[in-house]
Amino acid sequence: MIYLGWWIVWIVLQTFVLFNTGILSWYAAINDAIITNVILAAGGYVMISSIRFYHPRQILRLAWSIGLALGCVFLIRWIALQLLANEIGYEEFLEKSMIIRALFSWLMISIITILSWMWFYMREQQELESRKTNTEKLAREAELSKLRQQLQPHFLFNSLNSISALVGTKPEEARKMIQELSDFLRGTIKKDDQQFVKLEEELKHLQLCLEIEKVRFGYRLKTQINQEEQTHKMLLPSLLLQPLVENAIKFGLYDTIGEITIRLDARVVDYHLYIRIENPFDPETSQPQPGTGFGLNSVQRRLYLLYGRNDLLSTQQQDTVFTTELKIPQPV
Amino acid sequence: MIKVILIDDEPLARSLVTEYLQAYPQFEIVQSCNDGFEGVKAITQHKPDLIFLDIQMPKINGFEMLELIEQPPSVIFTTAFDEYAIKAFEAHAIDYLLKPFGKERFDKALQKWLQQNSQAGKQTNAALVNEEIRNPEERNRIVVKEGSHIKIIPVHDILYIEAYDDYVKIFTQKEMFLKKKTMSFFEQSLNPSQFVRVHRSYIIPLAQLTKIEPLEKDTHIALLKNGAKIPLSKTGYLKLKTVLGI
Repeated sequence: MIYLGWWIVWIVLQTFVLFNTGILSWYAAINDAIITNVILAAGGYVMISSIRFYHPRQILRLAWSIGLALGCVFLIRWIALQLLANEIGYEEFLEKSMIIRALFSWLMISIITILSWMWFYMREQQELESRKTNTEKLAREAELSKLRQQLQPHFLFNSLNSISALVGTKPEEARKMIQELSDFLRGTIKKDDQQFVKLEEELKHLQLCLEIEKVRFGYRLKTQINQEEQTHKMLLPSLLLQPLVENAIKFGLYDTIGEITIRLDARVVDYHLYIRIENPFDPETSQPQPGTGFGLNSVQRRLYLLYGRNDLLSTQQQDTVFTTELKIPQPV
Repeated sequence: MIKVILIDDEPLARSLVTEYLQAYPQFEIVQSCNDGFEGVKAITQHKPDLIFLDIQMPKINGFEMLELIEQPPSVIFTTAFDEYAIKAFEAHAIDYLLKPFGKERFDKALQKWLQQNSQAGKQTNAALVNEEIRNPEERNRIVVKEGSHIKIIPVHDILYIEAYDDYVKIFTQKEMFLKKKTMSFFEQSLNPSQFVRVHRSYIIPLAQLTKIEPLEKDTHIALLKNGAKIPLSKTGYLKLKTVLGI
């Protein structure tokens, strides 16, 4: 609309200017103005469309605008001569004004080029800006939820409550538990910036968590860890096992009554580190699909981001045993 | 002697309360329970004046356990989760202790109980029985007691719910359960986009509905997947129509 209005203004202006030269009749002036400006409008439109899709270099843009202006002028001349052949003195006037026309066309097209280029540039910047803020927001949220998950406030508060109970009756054990809790938290924070760790280290970290849970739940929680000799030095993404084991403990402890045993096996299968976690559960009362818990989902997503594979984590339920299997490809 | 029962799945958490209670010789801990099942049994047996109750426990949580008791005693919740506080006070808890809590905070909770009990006598307890425990979050299972057994029914197993004197009958594919609750309790606690109270005495899940048929002039019945026919009241019919968008 603005574009159209702009050219109508120019048609009116040009008509007056041409008529006031005293050489042309109203009819010739109007026709000349319309032909000139319609063709320039078309030329300008071609320029805008081409700028929208690719951004040529400065020098090319200049050449392109000159070429387009010249093309427009010759087209104007040809059409005007066809239509206004009968007007006396028009042809002579046209020939004389060719240079001015060419300059005028080029000026117009250049203005349009610059304006549209600025417009597209601004829009692109805006888009870039909004995309950047969006990405940053997402990253911040992810960071926050990761932190919250790692700190596990409930685990922390319940452990502190247990310590509080021990302080009165068994201060030595309280001190030991504080030590374990501190080591565990330190490990969690430190591992944050490490991508891969040895299984040995990861299990040591996990053991701390299990020791604390055992103090909390007393005789109810038993654990059994078996690992093949070769797996000690194998690598896995840091803090990957923890949510899986936590999941196992949660389902084991809150889904059944009485003693439970959490089993963890680590083996080598086809150059992969293969880890299997077993926990008891009650198929009748457990909440629908224990496999879709938040913990498992985030592990699945992380594995996909790291290895581009979706087949590394799997879960099974058989009778009252819930099994989680994890395969970690090893660097060659 | 004031009888107290502790219900918490962490032994150390119970021993902490035991220790704090030693300062009050008039309180006697009659039993200490590992989970809600033991809790139900102990409460029915001992009829305590006050219980200390954890929320997250094996199988059934603290709120579900309270639902199973006909005359619940006064409750002080002890938990590490602060997100249940509102729900706890809706269940007429005396207090809500956030783990880990110190002796001073514990004393305050006990004072609160002593005050309430001297002022209103046993009235508060009686009032508590008749009040509903409202569940602000979506409920995905219902806990019922059958003799000494406790059953957990996932809500998607429910065929329909029927009023039955002071009880409601909950029908599932295989069985029928009785629970001492009112219809409005279920109406409020079940997800209203899935369960509709179609009659004074009936609540049906939309997933079970196959057909609505006219019975006589102005009256309708709902046909369920298992063949059951449920009468619809006028308002029930309208409600059903709104929920279904017809």
